[in-house]
Amino acid sequence: MATPLVVSEVSKSFTMHLRDGIKLPVVSDVAFSVASGECVVLGGPSGIGKSSLLKMIYGNYAVDTGQILIRHNERIVDLASADPRTVLNVRRNTLGYVSQFLRTVPRVAAIDVVAEPLVARGEEAGAAREKASALLARLNLPEALWQLPPATFSGGEQQRVNIARGFITEHTILLLDEPTASLDATNRAVVVGMIAEKKKAGVALLGIFHDEEVREAVADRILDVQQFSPRKIAA
Amino acid sequence: MSDTPLLKVHDVSKFYGNRIGCRDVSFELWPGEVLAVVGESGSGKTTLLNCLSTRLLPSTGSVEYHMRDGSYRDLYRMSEAERRFLMRTDWGFVHQNPADGLRMTVSAGANVGERLMAIGDRHYGKIRASAIDWLERVEIDADRIDDQPRAFSGGMRQRLQIARNLVTGPRLVFMDEPTGGLDVSVQARLLDLVRGLVNDLGLSAVIVTHDLAVARLLSHRMMVMKDGYVIEHGLTDRVLDDPREPYTQLLVSSILQV
Repeated sequence: MATPLVVSEVSKSFTMHLRDGIKLPVVSDVAFSVASGECVVLGGPSGIGKSSLLKMIYGNYAVDTGQILIRHNERIVDLASADPRTVLNVRRNTLGYVSQFLRTVPRVAAIDVVAEPLVARGEEAGAAREKASALLARLNLPEALWQLPPATFSGGEQQRVNIARGFITEHTILLLDEPTASLDATNRAVVVGMIAEKKKAGVALLGIFHDEEVREAVADRILDVQQFSPRKIAA
Repeated sequence: MSDTPLLKVHDVSKFYGNRIGCRDVSFELWPGEVLAVVGESGSGKTTLLNCLSTRLLPSTGSVEYHMRDGSYRDLYRMSEAERRFLMRTDWGFVHQNPADGLRMTVSAGANVGERLMAIGDRHYGKIRASAIDWLERVEIDADRIDDQPRAFSGGMRQRLQIARNLVTGPRLVFMDEPTGGLDVSVQARLLDLVRGLVNDLGLSAVIVTHDLAVARLLSHRMMVMKDGYVIEHGLTDRVLDDPREPYTQLLVSSILQV
């Protein structure tokens, strides 16, 4: 079986047209892969391009050069050059992402926010909600909150909704952008357990974890992003 | 996901005398896809929308539509009667000002029922039942069915216009600044409603808006227009998170953060 995620010769810079067109290089010549059942953690100091790298893989940032190869429905898709429709299809079926912050939609209940990725894949709404309930319960989100829109939740509560939403599907690749940043020790342990299960299920995980304890617990290897940064020479 | 586009737009241009309305616009719209067209006033987005929806004859170019029978038809080679029929049944058009899309002096129920009658429904009880169903779906109390939209608030009128458009089960809906004149709390409600309906019904939509938050919430894909040209297009997340063109960067950086 092909490797789920291969990043090859990827470079990215921002051109700030409103600032006289200055060019900010982010990363260059990024090359790595994530195997099935492996959790790779991106390392390096703040501002080195870790989150940017995740956003490139998810398609929120365009890349200047290189390829992002995803195994999708038994085919290999290059997300760096795929059209929007393909990117959305890959996101729906193969590539999941837990962002740092939840982008809330007004008036949608937490449980439906969590169930949505399953419904989008054609799962029946009742069954999807049941799975969502199980995940929210596991993450210790008080049941009284399930039917409320998450906009007014605390940071940790929103993050747990976000994690549940990311983990509910059986996506084969999962990107995690500091999913445990605002969680207490109990819930951090729950997330560590959930990541271990994903690994066992053969999911390829790529994440950013600043919490050392969590990183130790989940990482199979650490990829130092500094080696791809143009700032390494200056530093 | 279906494997054939619903709409194929090829090199559409519209000139007003020597002035450019929109120029060389090409794209494909797929079933279930929501496309947002953004840009400042005068950038050509409404001209483009009107050219796509046959409300305005383009100067050059073609717009092909995937008919229910599976064939592709060039909209501008159809007869006027066929176009009207399409517009009344398979398509919807939601105007910025609800008064342009509603009949203000007939009841809310008749506004919704009229489109059903246009496709041949004659059973009064059934028409009224669908009208009530749709009023409820757009969160208008069923007991307002006999009131005229003149007696409705702006937000209610807009929701009624949406119900009127969706009652025939269209496959494609055009929206011109659907949240334009509404205050923010009403906007949020309407957006959520539109988002839910689009998801549930699997509609395709082309939404013209100058509000990037609306585009982010509703659309999959985005086109940015300036001076009649499409200057940038792509996945909505990508265009908003990593805008490439100077003008798009200006637009995105001009959003007020709350």
